[in-house]
Amino acid sequence: MKTNRRTFVGGLAATTMLSGSRVAFAQKKYDDGATDKEIKIGHTNPYSGPASSYGVIGKCEEAYWKSVNDRGGINGRMIKFITLDDGYNPAKTVECVRQLVEQDKVLCTCNTLGTPTNTAIHKYMNQKKVPMLFVATGASKWGKPKEFPWTMGYQPDYHTEAVIYAKHILANVKDPKIGVLMQNDDYGKDYWEGFKEGLGKEADRVVKHVTYEVTDPTVDSQTIQLKDSGANVFFNISIPKFAAQSMRKAAEIGWRPAQYLNNVAGQVTTTMKPAGFENVQGVITAAWLKDPTDKQWDDDAEMKAWRDWMAKYMPSANLGDVNFVYAYSVSYLMEQTLKKCGDNLTRENLMRQAANHQKLRVPGLLPGITVSTSPTDFYPVQAVQLQRFKGESWELFGDLMHAEST
Amino acid sequence: MEQFLQQIASGLANGAIYACVALALVMIYVSTDHINFAQGEMAMFSTYISWQLMSWGVSFWIAFILAVLLSFVMGVVIERVILRPLHNAPVLSIVVVFIGLLAIFNSVAGAIWSYLIKEYPSPFPKSSFGIAGVIGPHQLGVVLVTLIVLGLLFAFFRYTPLGLAMRAAAQNPQMARLVGVRVDWMLALGWGLAAAVGAVAGIMVAHIVYLDPNMMAGILLYAFAGALVGGIGNPGGAVLGGFIVGVLENMVAFAGNQLEKATGVYIIGNGEKLTVALIIVIFVLTVRPAGIFGRVVVKRV
Amino acid sequence: MAASSKKWLWGLLAAAFLVPLLRPVLPDIVSDYRLFLVSTMMIAAIAVLGLNLLTGFNGQISLGHGAFYAVGAYTAAVLMDQANWPYWATIPAAAIVCFIVGYLFGLPALKLEGHYLALATFALALAVPQILKYKWLEGLTGGVQGIVLNKPEVPFGLPMSEDQWLYYYVLIVMVLLYWGAANMLNSRSGRAMKAIRDYAIAADTMGIDTALYKTVTFGISAAYTGIAGALSASAIAFVAPDSFNIFLSIKFLIGLVVGGIGSLAGSVVGGIFYVLVDNSAQALSTFAKNDLGLQFDLSAYTVFGILLIVLMYLMPMGIVGGVYYLVQSMRSSMRGPQAQQQAATQKQHATR
Repeated sequence: MKTNRRTFVGGLAATTMLSGSRVAFAQKKYDDGATDKEIKIGHTNPYSGPASSYGVIGKCEEAYWKSVNDRGGINGRMIKFITLDDGYNPAKTVECVRQLVEQDKVLCTCNTLGTPTNTAIHKYMNQKKVPMLFVATGASKWGKPKEFPWTMGYQPDYHTEAVIYAKHILANVKDPKIGVLMQNDDYGKDYWEGFKEGLGKEADRVVKHVTYEVTDPTVDSQTIQLKDSGANVFFNISIPKFAAQSMRKAAEIGWRPAQYLNNVAGQVTTTMKPAGFENVQGVITAAWLKDPTDKQWDDDAEMKAWRDWMAKYMPSANLGDVNFVYAYSVSYLMEQTLKKCGDNLTRENLMRQAANHQKLRVPGLLPGITVSTSPTDFYPVQAVQLQRFKGESWELFGDLMHAEST
Repeated sequence: MEQFLQQIASGLANGAIYACVALALVMIYVSTDHINFAQGEMAMFSTYISWQLMSWGVSFWIAFILAVLLSFVMGVVIERVILRPLHNAPVLSIVVVFIGLLAIFNSVAGAIWSYLIKEYPSPFPKSSFGIAGVIGPHQLGVVLVTLIVLGLLFAFFRYTPLGLAMRAAAQNPQMARLVGVRVDWMLALGWGLAAAVGAVAGIMVAHIVYLDPNMMAGILLYAFAGALVGGIGNPGGAVLGGFIVGVLENMVAFAGNQLEKATGVYIIGNGEKLTVALIIVIFVLTVRPAGIFGRVVVKRV
Repeated sequence: MAASSKKWLWGLLAAAFLVPLLRPVLPDIVSDYRLFLVSTMMIAAIAVLGLNLLTGFNGQISLGHGAFYAVGAYTAAVLMDQANWPYWATIPAAAIVCFIVGYLFGLPALKLEGHYLALATFALALAVPQILKYKWLEGLTGGVQGIVLNKPEVPFGLPMSEDQWLYYYVLIVMVLLYWGAANMLNSRSGRAMKAIRDYAIAADTMGIDTALYKTVTFGISAAYTGIAGALSASAIAFVAPDSFNIFLSIKFLIGLVVGGIGSLAGSVVGGIFYVLVDNSAQALSTFAKNDLGLQFDLSAYTVFGILLIVLMYLMPMGIVGGVYYLVQSMRSSMRGPQAQQQAATQKQHATR
């Protein structure tokens, strides 16, 4: 156990260290991708093509494993992190992942990015019995240990989050008439399905449901349609660019509904500020990560540690990008999981350990949110907290909400 | 009725964006006969340059002028360095080079300025003009700027010797060469002008769609459609074409909405508005193959 | 020249059929993964061939062949998923559906040329994913979620792995399609196609029904690309509308131009390039970072762009065109000074 790890994560996760050392006495056992010296982890991510903005996640994870190796690796083993470019194209992902599993012989994959891309390799990974851990997608289909025992999600899924908004609207808005703006793809659809489920019998409260395509230059036309429907609640399922556009346009044409914004666009400098602070007062969203652009975390110990780490390992990166917090947190979880495996680095044991986290604190998550998994619970992060925009920052309110996904 | 007016106004505002980019496309087409698929990304890059200047403390209009000038130089350099050696290459090879340029501009901008969206200021005063609730001051400003650029280009081509030389070089390079026009420099000049017009477009657009490396990806197609519908060789036609596409798209969504209201059945909506608008555009083109204002070129056999 | 190239072709074909049989002997070199990779290359080669028939041999530009690829893939996927068709039966079905779609699209395309055709096909590529997501088709296409399929199973209890079988399956389809294309191009119709490309008005006056040839070529081209799409649906075992974005069409076009327009062999090279370009761009970018010690972080996408421009610089006629030119100039230098002198005198004669 390295002593500098304590300063690094701020002295938490003592329980993990204990359980880690307990397994360490067991016999050494390896599957493909693990030896006395090395553990191989695979990853896919778009680095080229229109979705290359996600490339920062892969870059950050690469840097994270470099920092782990600089600290001496995990239980004396160096991490070899192989990240491949799939251009967000499912066909390419299949090719890349087969290369990772069959040629490079990785122990597992971690945080492969995208819903269509992960869907394309879902069956393959489970047939090959290779752990497909902490996938980077908000779809709700990744936590099914019965049918897919080798796949585990990471973040709270969109479906659950939308249920929470729906319930909050029904409880707090009088006679709600809801207008929904949705990105027309699997991400938007997931939110939309969850939202309808959350409304239950009151599904006809939605008076207008409009969609946009990522290639649309603006969503002005859609926003006008929403206003025209007479809605007094605006549920916004869009990425930062369109979220900011629609909230600004709503203010411009004098539409002042109660606004619910999806977590995907919940950052201060990339959504709220471009939309204009005066236009977004009172907007409600759910959060589970600390927003690096929100002033309230400036003095936060974990975020300070994160900033120091960023300064050292990703010196030219834009600190306002929440993707870096995301990548950092998920890599931390992966590191802890591998640590717990000790010298038993079989794929089976890796899955067992991944499904055996008890209230593990992961840096970057909101205060009070921890990672818990079990052989029947493959959803590591499940809690979110609602927050309301006030002044130039988010204000958390209410309790942490845990929702069991179905 | 209110929605109808707002949809028309927002269509016009979007149309102004398409018109601006369409103008840049036309500029290159008129002088080199190519459609530059990297035009949007070049405009985006120019806009980042002006953003960078402003973040260093330069005022908006100075940054604007500097960015336009730098873009002009950038356009000339690209033509001289990258396209000149490919003078005799087949058209599709040039298209591939444009795609290469697109990838480079997009990724380099992402690497320098990151992919996060940035706000971009509007030069137009907040309240003094615009019609409340229908069209914002910036939107109106964009329409005006587009028309001014169009007027300037028109005057340039019609009344200056250089403009005349450029037109001559494009229409009949051999004859132009005979009367002493330096045709290859005219091509470079066309590229420079196109890049400059693109920069103006980017700077006008950025306040509306926000600044990010992918901001032009969707717009380029609309601009392309607008330029073709108006007649690709005709700057005025391109501007009108841009407006037509912008309004048409909103009208499709509006009509779909009204239809749904009247019949209670979803037939077309926002998901299909682009498709339907493009079908209409293509239909128009099959009827008038040279665009609404284009002249049919008669080929001698 | 012709005889030796035929020999080459047979040798290559024999190798293509025999090498995968070495899998039990050399499992590390002839691995399932490599066979799969070659299968995806062959699928891309078929798609590029389809585009080449239209653009290279008939002179009609298409920026939207991804649309036909998508239609083919979805035809196969829906038939397998909803109607339980066997995977091999979906190939002719995809071909027929895509032929009809291509033919119908070819009708308005008759009126459009050059940039206008580029716009129309571009629009088609943009529209198809939207149509796949259309509300009333969701039951069939699975909407944005797509359709998950099964991989083709090895038939008749043959002692093969799934990937080996997939390889042979794709290889056989590809060989048949190439054979068909080569025959067609050598026939009367093929000459008519090329005549239209070279000089439409002259072709017209010679009595060629240009409208018919152009639309049918559109249909055949779409059918080829659609078959590639159907094959990919089987190989990847998953289809989703967002896999078929405009970038797919553009990559087919890049494959076509880089391989060689108007050359059958060029289509194969284009298919290989299509698959390898992303991998090599990423490899080059890490190479620049780690081995050349470049300070600036060159992204894979930048390298991709540079790669395209450099290729066009060196070989504006595509790889096959470039290699052909290289071989020609090497031959003439090998023939020695005599031949060069001969050529020079010939030139002199010509100028006189």
